[in-house]
Amino acid sequence: MAHDHHDHDHEHTEPPHDLALRVKALESLLVEKQLVDPAALDALIETYETKVGPRNGAKVVAKAWSDPDFMEHLRRDATDAIANLGYTGRQGEHMVAVENTPDTHNVVVCTLCSCYPWTVLGLPPVWYKSAPYRSRVVMDPRGVLAEFGTELPDEKAVRVWDSTSEIRYLVIPERPEGTDGWTEEQLESLVTRNSMIGVEPAKSPNAANEAAE
Amino acid sequence: MNGGHDLGGMHGLGPVNPEPEATEPFFHAEWERRVLAMTLATGFLGQWNIDISRHARERQHPAEYLKNTYYENWMAGLEKLLVEKGIVTAEELATGKASGKADPALLAKVLTAENVPATLAKGGPAEMATEAKPRFAAGDAVRVRNFHPRGHTRAPRYVRGHVGVIHEHYGSHILPDRSAMGDKIGVHLYSVRFEGEEIWGPDAPSREAIYVDLWDDYLEPAR
Repeated sequence: MAHDHHDHDHEHTEPPHDLALRVKALESLLVEKQLVDPAALDALIETYETKVGPRNGAKVVAKAWSDPDFMEHLRRDATDAIANLGYTGRQGEHMVAVENTPDTHNVVVCTLCSCYPWTVLGLPPVWYKSAPYRSRVVMDPRGVLAEFGTELPDEKAVRVWDSTSEIRYLVIPERPEGTDGWTEEQLESLVTRNSMIGVEPAKSPNAANEAAE
Repeated sequence: MNGGHDLGGMHGLGPVNPEPEATEPFFHAEWERRVLAMTLATGFLGQWNIDISRHARERQHPAEYLKNTYYENWMAGLEKLLVEKGIVTAEELATGKASGKADPALLAKVLTAENVPATLAKGGPAEMATEAKPRFAAGDAVRVRNFHPRGHTRAPRYVRGHVGVIHEHYGSHILPDRSAMGDKIGVHLYSVRFEGEEIWGPDAPSREAIYVDLWDDYLEPAR
């Protein structure tokens, strides 16, 4: 195949622009053969750049923090509870919510590829798909979390969820202290993507204020 | 297969170096956007499923898999599938020019822009019924079989041969090992909890557990 030949020419330093050309050539071939609709490609990209992302998950978490019935629904059937908020579809067909508590911290990985709950978090960040994270978080979760600045006390148990099936895991971070009486909308602002993967806690109200200033 | 993708417990791959969440872009180059979109769009031609697609990326030489960035691996998998399924020829791929028309049966399935929202919202559920009764229930001790299939599997190497406890029965889902060969059967799926020490030995940090989703066929009773 073309790229094999290419690799031999350039050893292991394939210039990115050549890859870009290869991708462009494939797209024009598929368009010429009418096997892809370029407008559909644009629509797919637009969906995951502007419509489906971690703000969806933040709404789920904020509701879980505010509404005990919804939290109970998440525990019983997370797919259904999340679908009730309007988030369904690809890479979110089978959802399980795992709750952080004062005793237990949860963190999610896919050691075999990059499985990730797209409907609530969008596309995964580069580090989540990277070999360092995938190789190490199952063996040394506390060490990996420390690289995110998350230091867990020794007495806190850690659960690592390896997404080897089509079940997708969403971490419900602990509700930050000092948020009594906050509305769901206010709470949403504290819920980061990383807190829903389980590598960081949710933002504290103070940190959120500083970031806003 | 024991490929370059099966990374749990591998050493020497360096620190995670996460980009700050607030400033990380979804894509780091325009070609990444196009690879994502072409991979999703061509999937709807119905010539492969998600397991065949994963297996295509895994079948690269492990050195290639590890050297590539994520979307390079997607591109490699996509090119492989397009040629293997006869959707494009190796020559067309090399030249970027069509040498013949596409199969009309495929053209009828092309994803159009107006169908994108509904198609993505529908997804592709993996549940599939089976006549078999689940062999295990929550609390049962199980051992992951010591097996090394040459084809696709979702039993990671680091848990094979190890004993865990069934945490939850998830119902029956499509078995990826067979699905990657184009054959769909439903098999009971469980979340299995492994203590860190069971997997990584007595030096493993305490109070850590790993939960792995494993199909009935991967497991045997442990006692």
